Amino acid sequence: MFRRKNPRKSPPITEAWRGITFTRRALVVGGAQVAVGTALAARMAYISVIDNDRYVLESESNRVNLTLVPPRRGWIVDRNGKALANNRVSLRIDIIPDRLHNKELVLGQLKTLLRLDGDTMERIERDLKAASGFQPVAVAEDMTEAEYSSVLVRLPDLPGMAPQRGFARNYPTGAAVGHLIGYVGAPNAEEYEKVRDPLYITPGFKIGKDGLEKYFQPMLRGKPGAKRVEVTARGKVVRELSTQADQQGKTVHLTIDADLQEYVARRMGRESGAAIVIDCQNGDILAFCSMPSFDPNSFSDGISNSEYSWLRADDHQPLINKATRGLYPPGSTLKPMAAIAAIEHGVDPSERHTCIGGYRLGNRFFRCLGTHGSLDMPSAIMKSCNSYFYWLADRLGYDAIAPTARLMGLGEEFQLAGSSQRYGTIPDSAWKLRKYDQKWSASDSLNAVIGQGYVSVNPLQLAVMAARIASGRRLYPRLINREFKNEPLPFSAEALATARHGMDLVVNGPGGTAGRSRLPLDGITMAGKTGTAQVRGLGTGNGKGGTWKFRDHGLFIGFAPVDNPRYATAVVIEHGMGGSRAAAPVAKDFMTFLFDREKAMAALEGFEAGWGGTIKDRMDRDYAAWKAGATTKPDPPEPAP
Amino acid sequence: MIPVPPAIQRFPWKLMALLSAITGFGLLVLYSAAGGNFSPWALNQGVRFLVFLSVALVIGRFPMRIFEDFAYLGYIGVLILLVAVELLGFVGGGSQRWLNLGFMNLQPSELMKVAIVLALARFYTQLPPGETRGWTALWPALVMIGLPAALVMLQPDLGTALAICASGVVVMFIAGLPFWWFGSAALAGAAALPVIFSMLHDYQQKRILIFLDPESDPLGAGYHISQSKIAIGSGGIGGKGFLNGSQSHLDYLPEGHTDFIFATMAEEWGLIGGLALLLGFFLLLRWSTRVALRARTRFGQLTAAGLTMTIFFYIAINLSMVMGMAPVVGIPLPLFSYGGSSMLTIMTCVGIILAIDNDSKTGTRRFH
Repeated sequence: MFRRKNPRKSPPITEAWRGITFTRRALVVGGAQVAVGTALAARMAYISVIDNDRYVLESESNRVNLTLVPPRRGWIVDRNGKALANNRVSLRIDIIPDRLHNKELVLGQLKTLLRLDGDTMERIERDLKAASGFQPVAVAEDMTEAEYSSVLVRLPDLPGMAPQRGFARNYPTGAAVGHLIGYVGAPNAEEYEKVRDPLYITPGFKIGKDGLEKYFQPMLRGKPGAKRVEVTARGKVVRELSTQADQQGKTVHLTIDADLQEYVARRMGRESGAAIVIDCQNGDILAFCSMPSFDPNSFSDGISNSEYSWLRADDHQPLINKATRGLYPPGSTLKPMAAIAAIEHGVDPSERHTCIGGYRLGNRFFRCLGTHGSLDMPSAIMKSCNSYFYWLADRLGYDAIAPTARLMGLGEEFQLAGSSQRYGTIPDSAWKLRKYDQKWSASDSLNAVIGQGYVSVNPLQLAVMAARIASGRRLYPRLINREFKNEPLPFSAEALATARHGMDLVVNGPGGTAGRSRLPLDGITMAGKTGTAQVRGLGTGNGKGGTWKFRDHGLFIGFAPVDNPRYATAVVIEHGMGGSRAAAPVAKDFMTFLFDREKAMAALEGFEAGWGGTIKDRMDRDYAAWKAGATTKPDPPEPAP
Repeated sequence: MIPVPPAIQRFPWKLMALLSAITGFGLLVLYSAAGGNFSPWALNQGVRFLVFLSVALVIGRFPMRIFEDFAYLGYIGVLILLVAVELLGFVGGGSQRWLNLGFMNLQPSELMKVAIVLALARFYTQLPPGETRGWTALWPALVMIGLPAALVMLQPDLGTALAICASGVVVMFIAGLPFWWFGSAALAGAAALPVIFSMLHDYQQKRILIFLDPESDPLGAGYHISQSKIAIGSGGIGGKGFLNGSQSHLDYLPEGHTDFIFATMAEEWGLIGGLALLLGFFLLLRWSTRVALRARTRFGQLTAAGLTMTIFFYIAINLSMVMGMAPVVGIPLPLFSYGGSSMLTIMTCVGIILAIDNDSKTGTRRFH
């Protein structure tokens, strides 16, 4: 340094200076290199020591692919443990988007292998766009073994494919339980947003969408299993590390009798309507049918657009549960109830009234369907004489009858698992004032007592009424084993006995309206009451023919056996043209089934031969015809006598 | 003591052991990366190393005169080759980096890394000391660096262009050019970069990044780096054990046997392996720096220091990239990564430095 007194201004540039400068600068460069090297070492130490946990985790999540195994859904079984909804093995193929390296090629191959149609390809493309990462996208479900193995052997050429042996929901009796059980389906985006459960976006996982499947979803769901596999970056599985089995959902036991349920559904034939059977001992619902129905298997597999529009286009409304959501004027089926109300209000059941073919109220004449002559209460029920009940209603007023109707369950919304109900109207003067701001008139009472006018009920309520009349207790309908008090009805034994006697006569008396529907059994008889509800206003048209839509509804309530009631029922056949003609024969057959299966089955097979096969046969054919462009399905044939 | 023949004594045994250790470690990693196989990489690489080591030893025997005399000629020759590659690529309708010589693919840009150092060293050796601070010390060097760097950028190969610049600038620096030139150039460049860059639109910025290094689109590069960091980080201190790296064996780590071989190594050998390798490189660079310091001629000094920088640049950029501190530019790790071109360059560098070392042991120091 002694030579450089003033180094900044003009250092002597010599070879010696250059040498020193070189050494100095080379050391600077070397030092810089050492510094960089140290920095690199520090960086490495930081990554591998301080961040070690994080990277070990990421390396594991790379290496190990955790897939959720959708849990097997709990079964829904009937009172005897017979499955109404169970699971079957389903072979499926999914795509893991992250591993799909050559989308066009793979999708093209799949399309030819599985013969996927344009709709499906479009859906897959759409799902792939929306999906991210390892979220699988369903390609095909319910494949045949042959299709499945054809993909399986080509798996090495189809990176990103994930074949899976899973389970699908199965409804052994198909359409017979459609409205009762509901159906399952893949969760939609909103349902996923609500819970944010990764299970919801796992292909093959289904949630209850309707009916009992939806109501019991938390019970039926089960716990998912998990599968840990070691995979390469291309998605090839190297080995399975561990598997945790899924936990099947709990079984739901229903009060339904599966055999009866299926029988009732089949016996409804081509008709549109509902039928319910209730156990008179405890309120158990044994059968709960609304027909025509949809096949819940179709919905659970993801129903096609065309099948759905077929169901929607049907004027028999297979998508509506008529048992709880169909409201009908109950017609004459309310007469036994009205009889009970009358006796409770002091009318002597043996008191006679003469039917002259109608009843005169002021200057109006209310027609009866016949001229029945002198009648006491039971025979008035037997003949379904309107005049007699017009006379009662005029005398008592409907405000005296409506409370009884409500005690019978009419107009009531029941707490029933998985059903949404329309509960209809039991009118009285207060109701009319509230609703229409009008005073109740005597003619309102006359219309109401024969179950027309403002009165509307659903089939379930009718069945409950039948069960309550039969048992004398306030039975509460139930689908699962829930405890209800079922306390006795506050009616005299005489009142109930008169109503039951009248209903007995309806079926078994001389000239009862349902005389043709006596049970073909020894020692067991059925009691009942027919009803015919006009679809158009009273007195317009005759409702006995013409366009299906304007024909009268046929209704029937009943119970059996007469002397120790065990089963109560209600049947509604839409536009069946009359209770004795359309509804009572159906009830006769399924009541027979409860006591003598063989006899009932023989009868059913006879009918089905005429209708064109079982429910499924007919639905398949109708659907095929609809798809082929056939205009409408034929009108229901004349109901069998 | 057994008398050792002078011919054997003259071999740089320590250096050969060091090179063999680094390469041998690399062979182990290549063996593991192939799933426990000598083919396709480890065996090839081993044979290649032996050949190139011999080449280096032969080059080490050359007298310094040759390098000095042929420095410009070699530089011009390589420059012509670069132009030729460019033209061929232009004719062929695509970018091309190599010339097919029949028996091997020659990558002139690799040769340029060595040639630029030799040429600049020659230039500054000839430059009169008094001119060191003048304009004449600057512009010929800038032209000499700028031409090949631009040609290589056109290929386009950002990594090699940077390597050429770095080696050239280091030669200029140690040649004694005024310190503040470098300081202010670096400052000006650093200050201007973000300003220029921020003036661009998003898509333009992206486009520039892609233009600079089109082979690594941002997403792809991000994937490379994150997988590489996962491999290094999950190795921890002691590593997952030989043949047990899941990142490399299950193909999560791309280029696990070439550019990202360090990550493959670190996953199985951990921080210990990484530090060992860094130590190996440190010893190599310390040797070459010492050769530079004690070189007999100015040409030797500048050349040795420049080539040291060339080797260092490979190591530093590769490791920075692998650890996520630099963008992905295709620069291999010297002696470690599978591949012939880079090994040829490195061994040529080593050979020349060895020649300088031998030269300094024979003659007396002279500076002119």
